[in-house]
This record gives sequence, C-alpha cells and structure tokens, in this order.
Amino acid sequence: MNTALNPYMAAYPALAAVLPGQALAWLQDIRADALARFSSHGFPSAREEDWRYTNLAALAKQTFAPVVAAAEPIIDAEWLKPYQLADAWSLVLVDGHFCAALSRTDGLPESVQVLGMADALQTYGGQVAAYFGKAVDSAEHGFIAFNNAWFTDGVFVDIPAQLVLDKPIQCLHIVTQAGAVAATRNLLVLGANASAQWLETFVGAEVAYLSAAVTEAFVGQNASLTAYKVQCESAQAYHFGGLYVQQARDARFNQHNFAFGGLLARSDIRTDLGQGSECELNGLYLGVKRQHIDNHTRINHTQPHASSRQLYKGVLDGRARGVFQGRVVVAEQAQKTDSDMNNRNLLLSPDAEVDTKPQLEIYADDVKCGHGVTIGQLDEKSVFYLQSRCIDEETARNMLTFAFANEMVDKVANEELKIQLQGLLLKKFSSVIL
Amino acid sequence: MLSIKDLTVNVNDKKILKGINLEIKAGEIHAIMGPNGSGKSTLSHILSGKSGYEVTGGSATYQGKDLLAMPPEIRAREGVFLAFQYPVEIPGVSNVYLLKAALNAVRKYNGQDEVDAMDFLTLVKGKIKALEMDEKFLYRAVNEGFSGGEKKRNEILQMAILEPKLCILDETDSGLDIDALKVVADGVNSLRSPDRAFIMVTHYQRLLDYIKPDFVHVLAHGQIIKSGGPELALELEEKGYGWLEDGQVAA
Repeated sequence: MNTALNPYMAAYPALAAVLPGQALAWLQDIRADALARFSSHGFPSAREEDWRYTNLAALAKQTFAPVVAAAEPIIDAEWLKPYQLADAWSLVLVDGHFCAALSRTDGLPESVQVLGMADALQTYGGQVAAYFGKAVDSAEHGFIAFNNAWFTDGVFVDIPAQLVLDKPIQCLHIVTQAGAVAATRNLLVLGANASAQWLETFVGAEVAYLSAAVTEAFVGQNASLTAYKVQCESAQAYHFGGLYVQQARDARFNQHNFAFGGLLARSDIRTDLGQGSECELNGLYLGVKRQHIDNHTRINHTQPHASSRQLYKGVLDGRARGVFQGRVVVAEQAQKTDSDMNNRNLLLSPDAEVDTKPQLEIYADDVKCGHGVTIGQLDEKSVFYLQSRCIDEETARNMLTFAFANEMVDKVANEELKIQLQGLLLKKFSSVIL
Repeated sequence: MLSIKDLTVNVNDKKILKGINLEIKAGEIHAIMGPNGSGKSTLSHILSGKSGYEVTGGSATYQGKDLLAMPPEIRAREGVFLAFQYPVEIPGVSNVYLLKAALNAVRKYNGQDEVDAMDFLTLVKGKIKALEMDEKFLYRAVNEGFSGGEKKRNEILQMAILEPKLCILDETDSGLDIDALKVVADGVNSLRSPDRAFIMVTHYQRLLDYIKPDFVHVLAHGQIIKSGGPELALELEEKGYGWLEDGQVAA
C-alpha cells in the first residue's frame, strides 16, 4: 500500500514525534516493525480467513486522526453515570489519553502500580518491556500492527503476588471527538495467587470515530482474573478491541464480553492456557438496525489438564449481522484437556444474519472437547403461552428475548455491574418492564 | 357464559371440527371426552386463540362477545384460562415474574392499580401452599426442569392467581399419578364457584371421580355425538367409545 493511498501513513511522520516511548529502543523497534506491516497490509482484509465475515471497506473510506493534544477533557459526569461503577477504582482514557483528573484510585493498596501507559514507559520502561508485546504481536493482524505503531497512551496495572483486590478496576474508554482515532494500549499484570476483577467499558459521543484498543494481560501462577468488557460505542463508531491473555500454571481467567454498541465492532479474545489452568469465556452480542458485531475467540491449550468453557449468545434484529468465530487449539502435549464451546443465536428479523464458525483443532489424543451451535427464532409456542397468560404479543416477545440475553448477564458476579447491564439490555428492548 | 354454535374448524384444509354446539353457563362443569384424534385439543386451542386453526363456520360467544375475534391475551384478560396439556418451558423467566406480570395485565385491563409487591407475595404463598408446592418453584424458570406433575400443578397455580371465569383444562389429568391427580383435583375443586365455569377435556374417566362434572359430552370425528350427565362417563368407562362411534356411522 503506498502512502498516497494511505492517509494514515502520510500523517505518521508528524505524529511519531509526539508518541510516547521515544527514548525506548525496544519500543521503537516494535513501532518500526508495526509500521512496516501496516504500510504493506493496511487494516485486515476480508481475504484473511479470520476476517472473511467482516468487511472493513467502509472503514477504509474514512480517515480517523489521533488526538495529539492531551488537553483537559470536559466530560459531563451525568453522561458518564450509567457506565462508571460507583464501587470500583476507575481509570479513565479520553480520546486515547489517560486522564488522572477523572480517574479514581483512592484506597487502592499502595503495592498496586497503576498509571498511564505514557507515564509508565517514561518511568518504568524496563518493567513494561518485560511484558509489552509478549501476548500479541504485529503479525496477528492489521489492527495489532496499527495499535503498536499508533497507540498514544493506555494504562499499566501491576498487581503484586498474593494480593486480593475486593473491588473491580474499571478502565473507561471514552471518545468525544468526531473523526478521532483512539488507539490505546493496556498492560495488566497479576502476580502469583493474586486475584482481581478488571472491567473495560467503551463509550463515546454520538459521532463517527475509531476505537482501536489492545490489552495484554498476564495472569500469574494460581492467580485469578475476572475480566469484563462492556462495549457501548456510539452507533456510528468503529470498534476494534483485543484482549490477549497469558495464563500461567493453575491460573484462572473468567471473561464476560458484552457487545452492544458500534456500527462495526470487532472483538478478539485470545488466551494461552498453562498447565492445569482454567478459562471461561462468556459473551453476549446484541445487534439492531445495521450494526455489524463480530466476536472472535481463540483458546490455545498448550499444556495438559487445562479446561476451557465458552458460551456466546447473540440477538440480532433489523438488518444487523453477527459473527462468532471460536477457535480452540489443543496442542499435542495438552493431554486431558477439557473444552466446551457453545454459540446460540436468536434472529428477530428476516433480514438479520449471523455467521458462526466454531473450530476445534486437536492434536492430542486423550481429550474431551465439544462444541455446539444453534440459530433460531423466538419459539411461537412460548409466545402463545405468555399470551394465554394475559401478556400482549409484543411484551411476550420482548420478555422472551430479554430472558434469552439475560442468562449471560446473570453470570456476572458483580451486582452493580449486573444491574447496569440489565439496564442497558432493557434500553435495547425497551418495552419490557421488570 | 359461553355459547358455541355450529363451529367448524380446519387445520391445513383438513376438517377437524365439523359443527360443534355447546352451551355453558356460569357454575357448570362440562367434561368433554373422546378418543384420540376426535378434535378435543383443537376445541381447547380454538377457544384460547392459538394460531394455526381456520374457523370455517359458526361462532363462539363469550359473555355476549365474539370470542373468536379477540387476540389470545384479550381472551385471557376477559377471563378465559387454558391449562395446557403440555405446559411450555420458558428459561430465563421466573415463575413469580410471570405470575405478577399476568396478574397486573388483568388488573390493568380492568382499570385496577398494579398489585402491591407484599400483597402479591402473600397471595401467591397462600395459593402455593394449598397446591402442596415448594416455594422454591416461584423463583425457578417457568416449567423448566419441572416434572409432569409439577407442570400441571403450576398451571393450576396460575389459574388460582388469575381467578378466571372460564377455565379450560386440556387433558390436565394425563400423565399424572394418583397423588398428583388428587392435588390437582383439590385445586380445581377449591376454585368451583357459582360465577365460574369449567370445561374439562379428558381422555380418561378417572379424572371425573375427583372432579364431578354436571355434563359429559362425547366428541368423536369432530362432532359431539352424545351428551348426558355424569353417568355417561361411567357408561363410557364400561363400554369404551366404540358403541357410540358405531352408532354414529349407523345414523
């Protein structure tokens, strides 16, 4: 791809001078490699197997520019209220920059390191280098290359061994400006036996923008990470969010992915399982109108005795399109792997569409692996049953849709988040009254 | 309360009901018996508004209104209750939520305020006790994982809460052991009142030992071929349906 065709490349030289981590040779190498890859490949193409159901042609027609100036952002607290948890520590990223003024870290144990990525690179460059790029690299696909080259900030969170955090840490991604690209990079480290809840929430003003966020998480031996992603981007936004996890021996990783917003949204979640570790991936995607919501998961069973569970549910109305592509790879030495993957879809309109592709690749010979997929409409017998119990047809349909989706919300252990998510669900299927 | 006149119904262009006539007054219990495939379930479904049936002639008038013109939820709010032969499982919707939503829909229809949460729980807990059900049922998803007997009891619980005027029991006794049948029958009997009518559709005479009908009708080949008092059920028990069906062919 030549620079004349790619405005991102054309604008890069001016941007490069203000990106964080100038002094770090290892980071400059990563950036240079990423830039070369992005220059030749651009954003992922539908010709790539992992992108065949998601066409980014519309994204390529617009150019989004990073917000360079880290001016104090003006955010209406009322506007944030539905998304920001009261009983949590929060780290706020506005237009791709960490905003200390809006963040709340009071009461976090002092042994926890929490700071913006730009600051972390400056102050603890060596510590960041130990993890950065170790869970995912530019070869993954064009968005990772883009993020490596373009990221402006993010957060760095290091939770020491043995520490158990009793409240969640919420990372709020906010985009306020039309035409902006927010490329953020987070690094989350949990030491051995540590335990934490990590929530990433994506919201934005009702304008067109591109959010391209990557989080790498390292879960230490026998540590436990519960991660939530709540994607409520604006209806005109493009979203790419990737979460790449390394699980050490006996580590537990429990993830809940709620994809509600965006015009075109793609989520990648990948984890490499250590011996005896466990992961559970739960997902719910709701598409209305012309939304396109794509979810990719990949679980690599690289060691014996690990288990993985996946349940993704989709509800698609209007002309919305959903994608679920789940891939489980069981390496030759990953004996006694126990894996199960399910994807259930509810299509509410004749024009809604879902592409689902569960993939199992098994190279070991003593494993238990299963997968299942369903695509269906609301059960007319259930609708009639509710009608015969005095409930009008529209409410009956909403009730059944809500019930289908709410199963995933019910799995959320954090009560405040659960209530927030139910509120977001109800907003989407508004005539249900609880 | 309900007047059915010359009702004919097709399913997929096949004639299932071929001219049903039935008069039901408040306070009465009518048993409709008949062999498999006689059209018994079709009759319950058409009265409660299930789709997939084509009314080709006749009428059903309920409290002076054209029952067949109403959508199912309006029939239900007007007081017509169908206890399903096979109650539907609804994962994700709790029993107590459905009961409350149903009751409030009726109350709203009748111009009443929504039921107070505490009053509602007191009401439900009283009824659930009478049906020898565990309170845990309230918080489980509607019929999900219930045994056959539990599902039927759950239907009677809904009926007890909604206090309908016309109760249609579609093979409520099928698949019940004798103990569950007694509980269900007690539940129904406790709802008997001069203002309320019942249509009991059943294959077995056994139910009528526990819920005494005022009238027994025999449905065969889409028509009521004989009507009588409770003694007709005993006669059927003894002779089977054969003698009546043969008689119809001769006539």
